[in-house]
This record gives sequence, C-alpha cells and structure tokens, in this order.
Amino acid sequence: MRVWKFGDDVDTDAIIPGRFLTIYDPAELAKHVFEGTRDEFAVEVREGDIVVAGRNFGCGSSREHAPLALLGAGVKIVVAKSFARIFYRNAINTGLLPLVCPETDAIQDGEVISVDIEGGYIEVNGRRLPIEPVPDFMKRIVEAGGLVAYARNLDGVEICNTG
Amino acid sequence: MGLDLTAPSLPVPANYIRPEHLQKTGYSMSATIVEKIFSQHCGRPVRAGEVVMAPVDAAMIHDITGPLAIRVFYEMGGERVFDPERIIMLFDHQVPADSIPAAENHVFMRRFAEEQGIHNYDMREGVCHQVVMEKGRAAPGEIVVGTDSHTCTYGAAGAFATGIGSTDMGFVLKFGALYFRVPESILLEIDGKFGQRVGAKDLILYLAGDIGADGATYMALEFTGRAIRDMDMAGRMTCANMAIEMGAKAGIIPPDATTRDYITERREVGSYDLASDPDASYRERRHYDITELAPQVAVPHNVDNVVDVTEVAGTKIDQVFIGSCTNGRYEDLAEAAEVIGAADRFADSVRVIVIPASRTEYLKALRAGLIERFVEAGALVEAPCCGPCMGGAFGLLAPGEVSLSTSNRNFRGRQGSTLASVYLSSPATAAASALYGEITDPREV
Repeated sequence: MRVWKFGDDVDTDAIIPGRFLTIYDPAELAKHVFEGTRDEFAVEVREGDIVVAGRNFGCGSSREHAPLALLGAGVKIVVAKSFARIFYRNAINTGLLPLVCPETDAIQDGEVISVDIEGGYIEVNGRRLPIEPVPDFMKRIVEAGGLVAYARNLDGVEICNTG
Repeated sequence: MGLDLTAPSLPVPANYIRPEHLQKTGYSMSATIVEKIFSQHCGRPVRAGEVVMAPVDAAMIHDITGPLAIRVFYEMGGERVFDPERIIMLFDHQVPADSIPAAENHVFMRRFAEEQGIHNYDMREGVCHQVVMEKGRAAPGEIVVGTDSHTCTYGAAGAFATGIGSTDMGFVLKFGALYFRVPESILLEIDGKFGQRVGAKDLILYLAGDIGADGATYMALEFTGRAIRDMDMAGRMTCANMAIEMGAKAGIIPPDATTRDYITERREVGSYDLASDPDASYRERRHYDITELAPQVAVPHNVDNVVDVTEVAGTKIDQVFIGSCTNGRYEDLAEAAEVIGAADRFADSVRVIVIPASRTEYLKALRAGLIERFVEAGALVEAPCCGPCMGGAFGLLAPGEVSLSTSNRNFRGRQGSTLASVYLSSPATAAASALYGEITDPREV
C-alpha cells in the first residue's frame, strides 16, 4: 500500500477545509481532502493507500468530515506517532483505523508498507515497526464495524459499567 | 424519517441516573475535581484512567456537525431522543444561511427539533458556547458534551465539558450517555496580577506555547491560583475555551463565588461545593506567575507558536477580526474599545470585522455605546455568529493576506486561502493593531 507521508500537527482544517462542511457524502468530501495543503492527494490517492504522519494527527475541530473525507478517498488506515483525542474517536467510530506507531520517522513518502494488525507491526523495507494495540473498549467498536453498528444492536446502556 | 409524536414515553435507558438523584460517593482516596464529577455520576468512586459509560446532563449540536449527528441517531435505530430538555440546538457557523446546502441543513435540524420537542435557539442567539453558558445550560458538577471542539468552554462553569464527534453524539442523542475515559489532570497554578492591557487571552496563549499543541492530550487542565480567582467569567471562558488547543479533553475551573454569581442569575444549582482534594493525584503540577507577562501573539500556523507581541510588532495586517467564542463577549469588546479610546479611525489599510458572540452580548455592547464607537472607527459589525473563524461563511482571506484575529486557531487555511496567514491575539492587541495597520503592542497606544 502506498504511503502518503505528513508531518506533525496535521489539523482537521487541513484534512477538510471549513468551506466544505455542508457536505456529508464521503465520496464528495474526498474531492476536497487536503485541498490547498496537498492538492495532488485527492487526485492521485488510491483505494487502500495509507496516511502516515508524525505527532498529534487530526488536531483541532471535532468535524467528523475529516475521517469521512479520508474514507471517501479510499484510505482505511492512518498511522501516526500520536493522535488528537477527538479525531481518534471519530476515526474509530466511522471505521477509519488509527494506529499509533512511535517510529513513523522510518517511513518515507511513496514507500509501500504492509500492516499486520494481529501481529502488531508495520513492515517497511523488511523492517518491522511495532504498533500500539487499540484500547479494549475501542476494539469492541471496531469489531462491531463502527459505533453505528455497535449501537444499533443495543436496547439500552448500562450506566457506569467499566468499558 | 417521520416520527410519531404521540409515542408514549421516552425510552430512558435502564439505570440512567438523573442528575437530581446524583449519589454522594464516599471517597476513600483523594480525588481531582474531574474524578469527583464522574464519581458522582456513577454512584461509586471512579479514578482517572477508567473507562465508564457516564450519563450526560446536556448535549449541544449546531448547524455544522448537528445534521450528521441526527443522521447517525436514525441509523442507530433512534426514534426518540433520550431527553429533549437536555439537548441544546442552535445555528451559528453559517448564519444567516450562506448557501443553499447550509439553508437545507438548517431546515433539516428545525424539523428534527420539532419532531423531538427540542427547544431550538435557531440563529437568534449567537455562538454556541456563549449561548450555552449565558442560558445556564452548563453548571458545576455536570457532564456536558457538544459536537464542537471548543465545548470545553463550559469548564468555566465548573462543568466537565468536552467536544465529541457526530457519531458519538448520535449515540448520546439515543442513550443519554457515552463512554468516557476519565482523564488524568494537569494542575495549573497561576498566580500574580495582570499588567496593563494584558489579560486572560494572553495567559492562555502563553500556556499553549509553553505546554504545546499536544501537551495535554487526553487530559484535563485544571486552572487554579490567584489570577484565576481574580478573573471574571468572560476571562475564565476564554481560558477554558482554548484547553483543546493543547489537546486537552477538558479545561475546568473549580466553582467559586464568581461562578455562583454567574450561574444563580440563570438557574438553580444544588451545590457549588466541588473542588479537588489538596492531595489529589495529578499527572503534573505547573506553576506560573503572570505579573510580568507581556501581550502574547500566536504566529502562523500553529496555536502553540507563541511569542511576546514585541517580537512581531510591525507586521503588516490586512484584516482584524474581533469576536468568536474565545473573545466575543462584552468584556472583550470593551477591552478593544478602551484601547481605541479617542482615536479617530482604524487604519485605512485594514478591514476590521467585529462580531459579538451573542445577541445578549451584542445588546450590552450596543447599550454601552461600543458598537457605535466601532462603526465610527470604520469597523464592519456583523450579527452574532462564528464569522471568519469558521473559514467558510464570510470574511475569508486571499492568498498572501494576513489576518490578526481574537479567535482560537491560526491553522493554515483556517480563515480562507492556505496561502494566507493568521495571527492570534487578545482584543486589546487586535484593537491597537487595527489602529496602525500592523501588529502593535497595546501598552504602547
């Protein structure tokens, strides 16, 4: 899978600018993903490509349009050294997998990598970079296929159970 | 999806604890204010790091992220919201509607409000966070969520308030509860007295620069110390508002007499007795003294890229925006007007946009003569809304242009072209800079 490499502090305004927030269709949002900051992305990104970044990916606005725009562009996985909190949850909830990997500096733009989620590593140039496990309560949402699927089967919630 | 308004009752989840039935928990260990809030909602001691399904006291949705939350609510099989009285709906990002899709979103949300019996402030009241606070919809000890990252503003009322995405909000609309990982806290002890024309915005920008854009990720920032105790609610809201700019899940100010005075004008609250124990466990304690603090400016393109105003004084600017949930209150407008003083007009080379954060704040400023003063000086005064901070409605920047803004984000492209630059400052610095057409130290005016 081709890597699109970004730096630190990629904010949600960069992923999808404010003027496109009346759009909710992932395919339409994808036409404007990274518009103005990395214009070639929307044109050249292919299904299954992976976004790799540094620290604090997805900081800023709570707009869920950001993970939806990436999903619409065919991106299923974002790997970063760390994620902003709201983006991380939005990604899990909408089915975009955010993976924390402290060693993303070892991955270059345009490289081809493979991700072994079960094994807990990314393979790049024959080298294995460890990825951190998804927290347990988040894993249940991922396994259900996102929060909508998870919630659809719930009649009620048990207040203050431990996740 | 059409809804039957004659449906007999709301499907309140089993075990849902109404806030009026909040249980007193016996703390065997000392706790932070955030741990206490979650413990009270859960009826048992809850510690930082635990993941709990906690009931929410209020949930706010607006015109940008609300439509998606409503769609998700339906997709989750939602029919009736958990409690229409606990849902706050309003439009502020694109008002009056700036496009046909925006108008359609407003219609969609109005219909949902009508179907569900939710009170909709619509586009009448102003910017969401200001409205939630001034209508008394957030109070000490409550858990409040909103589909906007600056929901953390309500920490100024002593609430645990945090921004969530639309899918999480769909879940909240249906169940009245959400999974939270109870955050660790960073204690900020802020002492000293502000110098002339230095205030809350300078402090929070300084803190963002010091702590960094991800220095408080997943954590709560607890603001304490003399400088906070001396601060009015407007300043406290400015501070709590920008906790997210350090990655924090919440910013919170323990309630005191100032909080009580503000809230009691708006609603009844059971107890203001809520504070961290002295020996509570913090991730970190940081101490600051603001006595020597200079006016601060965040320079492009990150909020934690903060310098003393003297380092960027003289930078030419094309537009000044005074407003937003961060700095659109009466006190902010008064601060700007005081700096303008008897000066005749803003520099001809600068476009000045002033937007009060709410109808209430607008009226206060109007009656005090501030609006007249801004208009005389050459400002364009707009009706309460997010304005240029939203980066999509109006007041956008062309490539190469420079803006100085009292809002909360200077990300590349935040206010229009990705080739434009946004600086952030206090209202005093913005007003001083508007007079000279370049970034100006307000202490020199």
